[in-house]
Amino acid sequence: MELKSNAPDGPIETRWDRHRFSMKLVNPANKRKYKVIVVGTGLAGASASATLAELGYHVDAFCYQDSPRRAHSIAAQGGINAAKNYQNDGDSVYRLFYDTVKGGDFRARESNVYRLAQISVQIIDQCVAQGVPFAREYGGLLANRSFGGAQVSRTFYARGQTGQQLLLGAYQALEKMMDAGGVQMHPRCEMLDVIVIDGRARGIVTRSLVDGKLEVHMADAVCLATGGYGNVFYLSTNAKGCNVTATWRAHRRGALFANPCYTQIHPTCIPVKGDYQSKLTLMSESLRNDGRVWVPKRREDVGKKPGDIAEADRDYYLERMYPSFGNLAPRDIASRGAKTVCDEGRGVGPGGLGVYLDFADSIKRLGKAKIEERYGNLFEMYQRITDENPYEVPMRIYPAVHYTMGGLWVDYNLQSTIPGLFVLGEANFSDHGANRLGASALMQGLADGYFVIPATLGNYLASEAGGKLFDKRPDAAHPEAVKVRDEVAARLEKLLHSKNPKRTPASFHRELGKLVWDKCGMGRTRQGLEEALTRIPQLRDEFWETISVPGSGEELNQTLEHAGRVADFLEFAELLCKDALSREESCGGHFREEHQVESGPEKGEAKRNDEAFQYAAAWEWKGVGQEPALHKEPLVFDYVKPSQRSYK
Amino acid sequence: MAGNEQVSSQKSSMKLKLHVWRQQNAADAGRFEEYAAEGISPDMSFLEMLDVVNEGLITSGKSPIAFDHDCREGICGSCGLMINGIAHGPQGATTTCQLHMRSFADGDELWIEPWRARAFPIVRDLVVNRSALDRIVAKGGYVSVRTGSARDANEILVPKQQSDAAMDNAACIGCGACVAACPNASASLFTAAKITHLAVLPQGQPERYRRVVRMVEQMDAEGFGHCTNHRECEAVCPKGIRISSIAQMNRDYLRAALTKPEDKETSGGAG
Repeated sequence: MELKSNAPDGPIETRWDRHRFSMKLVNPANKRKYKVIVVGTGLAGASASATLAELGYHVDAFCYQDSPRRAHSIAAQGGINAAKNYQNDGDSVYRLFYDTVKGGDFRARESNVYRLAQISVQIIDQCVAQGVPFAREYGGLLANRSFGGAQVSRTFYARGQTGQQLLLGAYQALEKMMDAGGVQMHPRCEMLDVIVIDGRARGIVTRSLVDGKLEVHMADAVCLATGGYGNVFYLSTNAKGCNVTATWRAHRRGALFANPCYTQIHPTCIPVKGDYQSKLTLMSESLRNDGRVWVPKRREDVGKKPGDIAEADRDYYLERMYPSFGNLAPRDIASRGAKTVCDEGRGVGPGGLGVYLDFADSIKRLGKAKIEERYGNLFEMYQRITDENPYEVPMRIYPAVHYTMGGLWVDYNLQSTIPGLFVLGEANFSDHGANRLGASALMQGLADGYFVIPATLGNYLASEAGGKLFDKRPDAAHPEAVKVRDEVAARLEKLLHSKNPKRTPASFHRELGKLVWDKCGMGRTRQGLEEALTRIPQLRDEFWETISVPGSGEELNQTLEHAGRVADFLEFAELLCKDALSREESCGGHFREEHQVESGPEKGEAKRNDEAFQYAAAWEWKGVGQEPALHKEPLVFDYVKPSQRSYK
Repeated sequence: MAGNEQVSSQKSSMKLKLHVWRQQNAADAGRFEEYAAEGISPDMSFLEMLDVVNEGLITSGKSPIAFDHDCREGICGSCGLMINGIAHGPQGATTTCQLHMRSFADGDELWIEPWRARAFPIVRDLVVNRSALDRIVAKGGYVSVRTGSARDANEILVPKQQSDAAMDNAACIGCGACVAACPNASASLFTAAKITHLAVLPQGQPERYRRVVRMVEQMDAEGFGHCTNHRECEAVCPKGIRISSIAQMNRDYLRAALTKPEDKETSGGAG
């Protein structure tokens, strides 16, 4: 299989414009004849559904939550980047492009990243026009803050609830189009498989989470905007329901999965407290603008109260190691810094897995009121969870899984290797390379949904089958649709009736998560990955042997939902570890301990191997327990020349 | 929280008696059933406590307690339980997922119920159908702006105070606690928050009066009751939304009702 990125060449500044002009348009009178399925209602899915419906397509939208407004984009705190240069501090589309390519450790596709930086500007215009209440200055202009990995202030924000406000903007646009009849919304409805007919994605099989009814939905194109796979680690900052099922099922039907080993561990989360813990809570990266990260210089001091440790005995390690970026070093680097000092036995709090994020200096400099205005809701959340007052004692933070850069492989048009199957937002792999910069996820989700897919999907519909895909749309009685539906039903039956039901889905999920975190988390080694690859298939067998799911499939059954998702994670985890094992280099969020800079000022930093690994690794499914086939998309850097990424 | 409570919340384990509303589906009458929650840490969230109970139920082949939840960080609005008659439980300005067991004492007896309102039919156990709230938003809780048609963001100046007031209202998470707490099961606080968010911004002016009329009519059509100033909604709102927003909604609605229909879409500003 040859992976064609379909990215235009020529001057990068005009690639997207030229590409848009070269794409075919759908006759306005025909648009209403097309049906498009959009799975997921986060930033990417909601913005895509609303915009496609505005254009005249008929959209069927799906989400597992009870309302599209609850998709996990809602939890994004810090902000959204845009190359507006409203601060006159030297920002530009080119600089945002450059920062993103470099931040991604030279593992993203240049054309995609440039387009993202260009579109960022329109996103802010669109959201402000919708009434998104971004932070403002007294003169009425938009305010900005700085964020990790950048030396300009280009992040737009709405208190610590930027994702919520952007999602509500997209959700409201979606509700408007539902009222206008352009979108049929299917809440509490989970996609369980893709239907591929004559080589094209033609529909999906869903299960109603209210009464368990399986349904076949047919269309002319399918868009997956179903988010990332961070919950393979069990503990993450993702919502409990986030899962890999939609993308994994598509993978099993022929969509290649790219770069699963690029996972983002966010440096500022509230540390784990106990075995019962069900999720981890992020403390926005924006806190690093005013908080200073430190641990005691000496191990003997870790048990002391932070206030009793003298200034001279504190190690502000990010400021020491990265003098020019300091506490604003990118996420992967800040996370590894925390791991290093904790591995040295200098971590604080229970279990020694924590570092201080201290606001004392900022409170002294700016006053408590200013800090409260900037971060009040985050401080409250921290206090509610930990019972400690961060205005008085430093926060304790530790890295946690937050975002996944890998995802289904897509070309420049966001089309997967299954024609007619498009993948948007975190679910695809395309824009962030091996590490995502803060405030770029919201940007990508909205760029894909509002601006990219409406253009590229039209080109697909206008080009295929002589522009008459709708004429040949199979119905739900098509033998392939029936076959896929039956396979879904059989799998549910299997989950409901294991031989020896005694273990809960959560117990398997925890065990898998701990294994993957230990062996394929912040630091990875050949030996550890091989151990994981031995254990995962065993755990999978135990799962199918002993999974306990009370009740039936014909009712609201949350245990069954969870079991199905864990079953897919148990297959996906193997691919994750295989990808990490095959990538014999360190880059961004993928840190192979064997591959680090051995000496000089960059000692201990990630060491890429561009000669051998400057490609996107796209994996083809060959069956459960079978070796997947690796396909490589070489990455070409015409503009940003790969270099050792330095934030010193 | 007092210092001595912090000490008591260190490593102790709590035991609680739960009376949980169980209801198979919308047709079932439903009833309270009793459960023991044992080995509960004060640092657990309320939902983690229910997880512990559910793990025990699943392991013994029994049907676990169904409840809605997702982000577990207080922002998605999925969770919502009546705990001893208080929506989201005893701690103010908190969602159920952010409520921690340190708010309770060892040996406490808790009654856990779903949101109860005619417009929120029960789906199962503690899960209710809140799609009526979505339908209210669909009737005008937006600014009509086609993708791609916006002008430069900084051409719209919004004074900081107005922007902050919009954000205070836009912070609503749509959990429905306001409805559950209201003796009339009114959705006024929810509806008013969206109306006020958009009414205080310049972007919201063109559709301001059309919006308020359509949203209020939909709220009535869904079977929510009227606001009679009990202020229970404000007391339980996890995001601290104030009933002054309801006054704003009523003022706009009255103005819209008193002007001619063709003026509704063009008149701007309110008292």
